[in-house]
Amino acid sequence: MTLQPSGVAFSAREVTKVYRMGEVEVHALRGVDLELMPSELIVLLGPSGSGKSTLLNILGGLDVPTSGTVWYRDHELTAADESELTRYRREHVGFVFQFYNLIPSLTAVENVALVTDISEDPMDPAKALDLVELGDRRDHFPAQLSGGEQQRVAIARAIAKQPEVLLCDEPTGALDISTGILVLEAIARVNRELGTTVAVITHNVAIAAMADRVLRMADGRIASAERNERRISASELGW
Amino acid sequence: MLTLDRKLLRDLSQLKGQVLAIGLVIAAGVAMFAMYSSTFESLDHTHTAYYDRYRLADVFASLKRAPLSTASRLEALPGVAQVEPRVVVQVTLDVPGMTEPARGLLLSIPEHRRAILNDVHLLRGRYIHATHPDEVLVIEAFATAHGLEPGDPIGAVINGRRRELMIVGIALSPEYVYTIAPGDLLPDDRRFGVFWMGRRALSSAFDMEGGFNDVSLALGPGASSEAVIADVDRLLERYGGLGAIPRRLQVSAWFVANEMREMKTMGSILPVVFLAVAAFLLNVVLSRIISVQRTQVAAMKAVGYSNREVALHYTKLALAVAFAGGVLGVAVGAWLGRGMTSMYSQYFRFPEFQYFLSPRIAVVAVGVSLVAATLGAFGAVRSAVKLPPAEAMRPEPPASFKRGWLERSGLTRMLSEPGRMILRNLGRSPVRTLLSATGIAFAIALLVFGFFFVDAVELLMKAQFEEVMLHDVTTTFVEPTSAAGRHEVERLPGVLYTEPFRAVPVRLRYGARSRQTAVMGLPAVPRLNRVVGQKAGVVELPAEGLVLSSSLGEVLGVEVGDRIFVEVLEGRRPVRTVPVARLVDEYLGTSAYMEIGALRRLMREGAVLSGAFLKVDPAELDRLHTRLKATPRVAGVSLSAAAYESFQNTIGQTLGLMITINLIFAAVIACGVVYNSARVSLSERERDLASLRVLGFTRAEISFILLGELAVVTLIAVPLGLALGYLFCRGIISALATELLRIPMVVEPVSYAWAAVAVVAVSALSGLAVRRRLDRLDLVAVLKSRE
Ligand SMILES: Nc1ncnc2c1ncn2[C@@H]1O[C@H](COP(=O)(O)OP(=O)(O)O)[C@@H](O)[C@H]1O
Ligand SMILES: [Mg+2]
Repeated sequence: MTLQPSGVAFSAREVTKVYRMGEVEVHALRGVDLELMPSELIVLLGPSGSGKSTLLNILGGLDVPTSGTVWYRDHELTAADESELTRYRREHVGFVFQFYNLIPSLTAVENVALVTDISEDPMDPAKALDLVELGDRRDHFPAQLSGGEQQRVAIARAIAKQPEVLLCDEPTGALDISTGILVLEAIARVNRELGTTVAVITHNVAIAAMADRVLRMADGRIASAERNERRISASELGW
Repeated sequence: MLTLDRKLLRDLSQLKGQVLAIGLVIAAGVAMFAMYSSTFESLDHTHTAYYDRYRLADVFASLKRAPLSTASRLEALPGVAQVEPRVVVQVTLDVPGMTEPARGLLLSIPEHRRAILNDVHLLRGRYIHATHPDEVLVIEAFATAHGLEPGDPIGAVINGRRRELMIVGIALSPEYVYTIAPGDLLPDDRRFGVFWMGRRALSSAFDMEGGFNDVSLALGPGASSEAVIADVDRLLERYGGLGAIPRRLQVSAWFVANEMREMKTMGSILPVVFLAVAAFLLNVVLSRIISVQRTQVAAMKAVGYSNREVALHYTKLALAVAFAGGVLGVAVGAWLGRGMTSMYSQYFRFPEFQYFLSPRIAVVAVGVSLVAATLGAFGAVRSAVKLPPAEAMRPEPPASFKRGWLERSGLTRMLSEPGRMILRNLGRSPVRTLLSATGIAFAIALLVFGFFFVDAVELLMKAQFEEVMLHDVTTTFVEPTSAAGRHEVERLPGVLYTEPFRAVPVRLRYGARSRQTAVMGLPAVPRLNRVVGQKAGVVELPAEGLVLSSSLGEVLGVEVGDRIFVEVLEGRRPVRTVPVARLVDEYLGTSAYMEIGALRRLMREGAVLSGAFLKVDPAELDRLHTRLKATPRVAGVSLSAAAYESFQNTIGQTLGLMITINLIFAAVIACGVVYNSARVSLSERERDLASLRVLGFTRAEISFILLGELAVVTLIAVPLGLALGYLFCRGIISALATELLRIPMVVEPVSYAWAAVAVVAVSALSGLAVRRRLDRLDLVAVLKSRE
């Protein structure tokens, strides 16, 4: 049994994922090796269909690989059953989805409280909304918020439980430049202030400049990895 | 409050129309259950307490005459605890202000003490005095019907002489909770009354001093009534014993038990149907909610809610609806139960008839609705549990459409574009379409049942009074007489036609089973009192053998061709074996018939008759009545029209109430199902329809698409519902069949028509309600939301 190297947040080895749809096999991941350090902010780039979401889902315990091993600190995710994965998500992971996935019948602050209800050491939902500068919209329902505001609520929801990991799948995909920057600033702030390990998927190359490391995916593999000498803040990003 | 529960409340309030509809269906089912069970329990509790307190006997026996010393021999029989011998006689009454004769049953009671068994409960007045032999107590029903009070006189033809009796008290008796004249099937409080008279006075009037002709027995603990009855019969045989019967078969107790059985059946079948429909509705609505909230479910799981928590969340929604419905149902059921109890108290007379709804019933009722809700939620919630959390990351895939057989058939080419959309939508999820249709079909089925019941009772009464009892008057002689009796009856004023009958008290025995009854001897082709079966129609009596009503056949376990023992309980008491010639599916009672000649041959007697049925000239009715009152040979007279009228006033009323309740509840279910289907399809199609509106379709056009779907589903539901209704009626009918009553399985075409029309109307109304929502559709909001 391989021992998890200490000091590493994620470690993935030879991860493959095959989707079977009747006769057709789709190889979404074809052997991915990856390590993520604590407090690191990485950006995943790559064309549509290259396997970014699949990889993120596996890291977040939403999905399991077809083969390979994935460790989160001392948890072997690939050996966990469904209820252990649920506990893993509940205790360690915050998600930001491309389509926000807020509960329409709950207000902004209630959407955040939905997560803090089941967390061990959450922050006050109102404070989480303040972090994304939405304190004054706390009692609005999702339908009363713009797309960017909904996405910021989603980020508040993801960070309110003070997760060790924040996984964001195209968080700005549906947003315009200035709103996108607000959202990315919020994500960067979490990384900076709470020391959260963050992975952000995007196909907007410009966003890569705010990362510690940039991974490029192509055809189910990590094609290249480069470290940024200097991280620039989200507000300086040119779209 | 947990945030998830807040979501639950918001979801509930957003769905309030549907939630209300489902809640009402549940409430209807629970109300029926609570109503029937609480009435059952109240009646059960009331009658057992009454029987106990007033010491209703365990075994009843009639005989010709035995010396009083026999009583102590009866008491010595193993298993017998107490014995109450008495004199019981039937008399013709002359009630002030009433031209037609009434029948009275005089029972002897001890003058100096209360009876050991079958004690009376005095409502008004006082008990009889030994020194006044003319004093009587009268049963309350008869007193009420005639406005009789203590101190009023009443005339009776006793042993051929008219005698004035004095009413001193108004009473009730556990023996006559349900008061019905011997041989009758329906109560008639105006024309039949029970009286209690001092033992000495009654004995001397009927030459019964030192003897008795009726005896009641109480059994010791653990004694078997069958064994005691066998001993009693053996002992009383030489005193003209007419066969002892257990309390179970005592007329009043038998009627009460039959009624309670019916109540229990109704109280268990109908609620099950309602709750099944409610469970089904909950399933449809929850499935819809969960499919709408697909991404929410996935997001909940992604952020760390477990499958159990998600399942519980949606199950709670169902439970909340069920709980509210259940509580409302119990309240309504209690209210209806009270009403039903007070109707029952019109013909079941108890010293006090206290209605109560026990906590047990309330708990069971609410519990059962929760169980139904859980069952209904189960399938829907399972789909939420199975949903992988990674779905939260994906946009909703577009619905897949195929060119189904409908389109390949070319049928759709004849339709407009909206018409094609309707069919495509229905064809896309045939199971869903079928399920919606099934829900509506249930509503139709319940309505069919409701209407059917009205028809059935009417048909039964029509059959009884227009096909069976074609006579106006039945006269019964004190003793079986020769042909002279018939001539006497024929010469009565206004008599157009007479038909003699011979009724012989017997015990029928087949193997271990037996039943005490009377064999009715009638002409081969009876004209005034016919034998009519539900399927068989009018039946002629064969020259030999017994014709039994099917229910009696079932009691005895016999088939056509079996030879059964006929133990005659009068005269020389012959015992013969007679073949069963035919079983007839009669509507009412448990009767045995024989061709009158065959019966007389069996009795080895001549042209003896027990009484006659009369067809009478209505103009002469008053004169006939007056004469009958003064005819000593005639012991009892019963009038068909009066029986019908009294039926309408009592049982008819109660049945009417039950039918109305059934119909209202069926309507509730119809509304619930149809409105829900419409709302569910609106929520499914909202987005598409809004898109169509944006593309330039008019309101009328998109309404046509949505309501067209509803219309097609309703049309599929109609034949399904009618078939289901038929099966449903059959099921309940066979479950409801008692020895007393077998409801005919004849569903009139109008019942089907009404049920279908009612549901189509409800459908149209629901359609209108949904159409109003559709007109107010907020295009921007709908298209913006991701659902
Ligand atoms: N649930 C699924 N079933 C079948 N194929 C899938 C599923 N999810 C993703 N895929 C396929 O896997 C490949 C990688 O998808 P994904 O990881 O979503 O790519 P990306 O996020 O980089 O666009 C694609 O070809 C996609 O079609
Ligand atoms: Mg993706």
